Amino acid sequence: MDLKQTGASRLLPRRLAQGAAALSMLAMSVFASSAGAEVNSTGLAVTDTEVIVGQLHSATGTMAISETGSIQAERLAIEQINASGGILGRQIKVIQEDGASDWPTFAEKARKLLERDKVAAVFGCWTSASRKAVLPIFEKENGLLYYPTFYEGLEQSKNVIYTGQEATQQILAGLDWVAKEKGAKTFYLLGSDYIWPRTSMKIARKHIENVLGGQVVGEEYYPLGNTQFGSLTNKIKLKKPDVIFAAVVGGSNVAFYKQLKAAGITSDKQTLLTLSVTEDELLGIGGENMAGFYASMKYFQSLDNPNNSEFVKAFKAKYGNDAVIGDVTQAAYLGPWLWKAAVEKAGSFDVDKVVAASAGLELDTAPEGYVKVHENQHLWSKTRIGQVQANGQFAVVYESDLIEPNPFPKGYQ
Amino acid sequence: MDLSLSDFGAIAIMQGFNGLSVFCVLLLMALGLAIIFGQMGVINMAHGEFLTVGAYTTFLVSSLTLRFLPELQPYYFFVAIVLSFLIAGALGWLAEWALISKLYHRPLDTLLATWGLSLVMQQAFRSIFGAREVSASMPDWLMGSWMPTDTIDIPLNGLFVMAVTLLLTVAIFVLLYRSRWGLQVRATVQNRVMARSVGINTKKVDRMTFALGCGVAGVAGAAFTTIGSTGPTSGSLYIVDTFLVVVFGGAASLFGTIASAFSIAQTQSMAEFFISGSMAKVLTLSAVILILMLRPQGLFSLKVRK
Repeated sequence: MDLKQTGASRLLPRRLAQGAAALSMLAMSVFASSAGAEVNSTGLAVTDTEVIVGQLHSATGTMAISETGSIQAERLAIEQINASGGILGRQIKVIQEDGASDWPTFAEKARKLLERDKVAAVFGCWTSASRKAVLPIFEKENGLLYYPTFYEGLEQSKNVIYTGQEATQQILAGLDWVAKEKGAKTFYLLGSDYIWPRTSMKIARKHIENVLGGQVVGEEYYPLGNTQFGSLTNKIKLKKPDVIFAAVVGGSNVAFYKQLKAAGITSDKQTLLTLSVTEDELLGIGGENMAGFYASMKYFQSLDNPNNSEFVKAFKAKYGNDAVIGDVTQAAYLGPWLWKAAVEKAGSFDVDKVVAASAGLELDTAPEGYVKVHENQHLWSKTRIGQVQANGQFAVVYESDLIEPNPFPKGYQ
Repeated sequence: MDLSLSDFGAIAIMQGFNGLSVFCVLLLMALGLAIIFGQMGVINMAHGEFLTVGAYTTFLVSSLTLRFLPELQPYYFFVAIVLSFLIAGALGWLAEWALISKLYHRPLDTLLATWGLSLVMQQAFRSIFGAREVSASMPDWLMGSWMPTDTIDIPLNGLFVMAVTLLLTVAIFVLLYRSRWGLQVRATVQNRVMARSVGINTKKVDRMTFALGCGVAGVAGAAFTTIGSTGPTSGSLYIVDTFLVVVFGGAASLFGTIASAFSIAQTQSMAEFFISGSMAKVLTLSAVILILMLRPQGLFSLKVRK
């Protein structure tokens, strides 16, 4: 009995061992074709030579106006990374999906990229609405999204790295500057009627009233796509604010500035600070129609530093000499680079490890200058004030210190 | 607030002008649609895109003038308007020939077909001109303001849009009510079968009417480059207001369209001055809905024996 048992127990382990050896060889060959377990333990689309990422922006529909720049910048960054040897020795391959300016489409495409394509990261979205539409999917599938747009804050997901500024970074420095430099006391707040302008203006009002000791003499929102601003220009003349603080977006933007100029409200008589005009929007507005007004952003194409001149040169070489680069385009360009740095620091493509490695990550090759990822997954960044020039560029007139991102600002909600 | 009486007077004058200016914009954008909807019963969902054709034509003429004949830059706008009319009209002619003429007995299908057409045109603009907005360089005489006194600014582009609207409305009026062709159009509207039996080529009339409506939209689009944006989807900014004006005015009535544009513009403009922009829109739309509930045929309607 004992012997038998021993015999059997001797036999069994040997068989098992053989089987295990065969299995492990099988497994080895499987992993060999789909990358070692140490860099990819969650079944992402990573092989020994290639890693697949997704790009999810609107190439068609209303938002294509804005998102085209982001698509171009992310492509450029990925090409440059590939040319310099890729990430952990792997070339990046992109699957581009079109959100078509339609939020359910964004959600559907996000699901496709994460569930079917198993992409290691997604660079995408522009509007807050599209980000909110894909967020539950990224959280459920544990995907990783690099989101480039400056936005209203009040969000922090472990599955998103926000490479644009949150509202307080962009707004407070701008308001401080205009109060100090222009001696502004009275403000007219103005925006398109949706979440970003309304949240931004709420923050602005608190700051003006509680910190700067100024006064808000008007606060107004116009429907998206509104093209008639005649009554507004008259109201502005009636209230005579020191500063018009504007966050008008889309097609309305062009109508607003053309009509402001036609009504005789120009920079020699009126200070205007905007949150929503970048070089991209200036193409449509025409620099001559808002020359002398100011914008508060973290990046302008005209920034004078070696990183930026290289970036501008590469961008123009790829997309033509007339191509312009706005704030969001630059933030989108940071996405792939931040991802590369995080993956290399983590030594793995696993989303959890990449996210963990992201906090505290520093990048001194960014066109906007040095940036650092905060624990809240937003970036530390400087805010600049640019003055619109007739040629469609901005002249940078002020630069803040590095500002800590604070997506849930106390006292501003 | 430290406002003198003269300041207040100046703002009242400018606000009055603004009301007129909005009226002209609404009328101008609705004219083309009113012709097509009123005379043919076709709901042209692609109307906004024909506006955009005019806007892009203006942009092209402006860029070409700047490159080849910079000294003529101040005057290019007149060429642009004529070309916008011709190009948008020709495209309209083509659309009627290829699409609309096949669907006259299926009004709901024309709605769908023209909506499809609008999507196709939007994507075509995007493929040809790029997704980003463009800006035609405005001649100096169109930008800035006319200042009769120190405190009054009358926008020049507003005056220009007004002049274009006035000329176009008069021209359309003469064409529809004083010309032989207009007589044929009106005959076709009132009784198609009878018109055909007295020898009117109703197919030709339809095609020309549609082309005219689209051409007028093109002119409107060209004029709007002075006050608005030029991008692949710019036309869609106008489409809701356009339908509002035409439906509120009552189909088949040019006077209705004018009266409707005037009342909507004045309500909107005054409301915007006293309450915020979004709320003004809500107020205007509510008023229109209320009136349409009481008077479904619109402000004016053609009296036809049924």
